[in-house]
Amino acid sequence: MAASHAHDASAFTTDHYYVPHQSYWPIIASIGLFTMMLGAANWLNGGGVILFWIGVALILITMFGWFSTVIHESENGMYSAQMDRSFRLGMVWFIFSEVMFFAVFFGALFYARMYSVPWLGGETDHGLLTHGLLWPHYEAAWPTGGPERIGGFFAPMGPWGLPAINTLILLSSGVTITWAHWGLIEGNRAALIKGLAATVALGVLFLSLQGYEYVHAYRDLHLTPQSGIYGSTFYMLTGFHGLHVTIGVIILLVILFRSIAGHFTPQRHFAFEAAAWYWHFVDVVWLGLFVFVYWL
Amino acid sequence: MSTASPALDHDHDHEHHGPARGLKRWLLTTNHKDIGTLYLLFSLAMFFVGGAMALVIRAELFQPGMQIVDPHFFNQMTTMHALIMVFGAVMPAFVGLANWLIPMMIGAPDMALPRMNNWSFWILPFAFTLLLSTLFIPGGGPAGGWTLYPPLVLQTGQAFPFVILAIHMMGVSSIMGAINVIATILNMRAPGMTLMKMPLFVWTWLITAFLLIAVMPVLAGAVTMLLTDKYFGTSFFNAAGGGDPVLFQHIFWFFGHPEVYIMILPAFGIISHIIPTFARKPLFGYASMVYATASIAFLSFIVWAHHMFTVGMPLAGILFFMYATMLIAVPTGVKVFNWVATMWRGSMTFETPMLFAIAFVILFTIGGFSGLMLSIAPADFQYHDTYFVVAHFHYVLVPGSVFSLMAAAYYWLPKWTGHMYNETLGKVHFWLSVIGVNILFFPQHFLGLAGMPRRIPDYALQFTQFNMISTVGAFIFGLSQLLFLYIVIQTIRGGAKATDQVWDGAKGLEWTLSSPPPYHTFTTAPEVK
Ligand code: HEM
Ligand SMILES: [Cu+2]
Repeated sequence: MAASHAHDASAFTTDHYYVPHQSYWPIIASIGLFTMMLGAANWLNGGGVILFWIGVALILITMFGWFSTVIHESENGMYSAQMDRSFRLGMVWFIFSEVMFFAVFFGALFYARMYSVPWLGGETDHGLLTHGLLWPHYEAAWPTGGPERIGGFFAPMGPWGLPAINTLILLSSGVTITWAHWGLIEGNRAALIKGLAATVALGVLFLSLQGYEYVHAYRDLHLTPQSGIYGSTFYMLTGFHGLHVTIGVIILLVILFRSIAGHFTPQRHFAFEAAAWYWHFVDVVWLGLFVFVYWL
Repeated sequence: MSTASPALDHDHDHEHHGPARGLKRWLLTTNHKDIGTLYLLFSLAMFFVGGAMALVIRAELFQPGMQIVDPHFFNQMTTMHALIMVFGAVMPAFVGLANWLIPMMIGAPDMALPRMNNWSFWILPFAFTLLLSTLFIPGGGPAGGWTLYPPLVLQTGQAFPFVILAIHMMGVSSIMGAINVIATILNMRAPGMTLMKMPLFVWTWLITAFLLIAVMPVLAGAVTMLLTDKYFGTSFFNAAGGGDPVLFQHIFWFFGHPEVYIMILPAFGIISHIIPTFARKPLFGYASMVYATASIAFLSFIVWAHHMFTVGMPLAGILFFMYATMLIAVPTGVKVFNWVATMWRGSMTFETPMLFAIAFVILFTIGGFSGLMLSIAPADFQYHDTYFVVAHFHYVLVPGSVFSLMAAAYYWLPKWTGHMYNETLGKVHFWLSVIGVNILFFPQHFLGLAGMPRRIPDYALQFTQFNMISTVGAFIFGLSQLLFLYIVIQTIRGGAKATDQVWDGAKGLEWTLSSPPPYHTFTTAPEVK
């Protein structure tokens, strides 16, 4: 790892499976995660929040250091084609785990709309008892704050304003990143960099509009996470999605800087592809959100 | 390796070095054998912590009335015992075995993503520090049961965020561990090691890893909703806001049922190694074992509501989940049949690993049968939440998963340490365990059928005798595990030199290596024919 040397980065320079010998990053990451979780628990229990942010900082430092090491190793030609496949498998299965994570919240949304709300409204003998005994006046509807209108009156978020614009933005960002990929494969650096920059810009635009939408929801619609099951599913789904867009934008920014630094070649650019896969995943989740949270 | 760059040559030099010295070796290691050892030792420690809690439970239940602990502490013990055994003892033990064995069985130099491997392990001690620390904070630990059902669990005091966030950390660790296993198996096999030539432990772990990646995020989502319901006013599990506490149960068991297979599929793999070795016959029905494992994994996603028959479900739902659950008995039966057929007319010897493996086949099957009884919905209306359920899952988990782990420890310990364990002591440990475990759990079937509810610190007088017997069994079983600890330490420290082959009937790449194997193995892949 010490000597950097000239190499032909267009192909894998080794057929050796690189096993790093010792690494400080994982243990620092564990300490960081622990600090963050301990801090969060303390915070939720009404204590201070400093510990939490120290943990977050440690995690960020680790990510920076860990990825720098990996990039450095990759740039020094220490990775083989087989290594590359390990990274690909890792990324694919990581995204699968994320899909399952979002599936839970979609499942909660479908369950509420198809079962719990109709049952509370007295549909089928399954719902009769709760309905009849506790809330005989409740009529099932969607959106709803539930039989006791937890969180007070609110107006739902319509689909055809900001959300539709945001859909267009994310869909176009899917196009721009593909454009960047073509540029990369054809050795057209200008297209690569422009495409990536456009994708990042669209991501940031999306996040800004999403932030604006939240302000609008709180101020004008009185729609908060406390607004019954509608508010709960709305904020859980859009919130976690927004978090993933943020992560995606950061990843894309790193890839943009690496592209400017000339790290990728038409044959070797796993990091770019991983970022693109992640971005498409975030995009597809949004389409689900648009259809099931905003529209139907 | 002639094309290696100067940087690589430098790196290559290191490979002939042994491990680093001192604490740093363990904190910074990327070596699959070191990490496997860490996992196994951690799990052993948690096995004793969780076991001590079980003994508190059984001591309290020795007689009716409140004797030793107060009810709230009793509930903390049942909750913590389960969380620690599931996430701290059984799961990490299997991951430890995966780390040690998968690279050696498929001829790989290490796990595919060695640095992430270190991270997966080191998250665990921190997660369990968080979890165990709740016993010492005001209000004590979680006491609503390991299933974390709302609304009860939302009454947890300051321990609540600790528990939820500890579970998140365990999830992160398992998912990364599973990704590593999949990448290793799919990408690192030696030339010639086709999928259908893979040892069964590798196959069962491949499928287990898939289950883990599919369901650990589901648990994460479920506990996240608990957290927001408690602290941010969401209504996921609150009917007044349009949610439903039963929703939590669906999501939890969508995780929970595959989870129980996560704890048994690698055990199936282990048993499928040990029985052929000591029967000196190849495994009967290799391909059917693979397909049976895959079918069990598939079915495990569509049976979850058998945990919820009494909660109120549409009739069609009850029938679907009842029949789907019964269907699992078919591939499970295939496996048991194959193990028995492997032993049929084999020239068997009964060393400690084989004893544990045979006990596994018999006692796991008893647990499977009680599972089948529970899957009959009208019968489950009677059995649910009684000691019958406790007896069922302890039969599949203790003489099932845990016995497979014991068998694996005795079977591979000579390979790992280079020393034979003390066979006489091993056999004593086996007989104490197998007798203890049956005295402990068999009477619980009768208690359940007679109507004794689970998770209650006191009981009606007529249940006294079986409870006393059960508690005696618990102390026999629990204390005999100290003997296991002694045997393991003794074997690590010394003992008769083990040969490379160790067991004359053993087959597989790991037995071609020396005992103990060098720090780095298969840096050049072996050829598999
Ligand atoms: C033949 C296969 C099996 C069948 C048909 C089966 C069936 C069932 C049923 C119907 C229940 C719910 C009982 C109730 O709460 O009323 C149950 C509970 C349970 N089973 Fe199984 N089971 C099988 C195998 C396993 C295995 C292999 C394991 C773990 C290694 C396992 C672990 C558990 C656990 C932990 C519970 C109780 C969870 C709780 O309520 O805390 N089962 N089983
Ligand atoms: Cu189950």
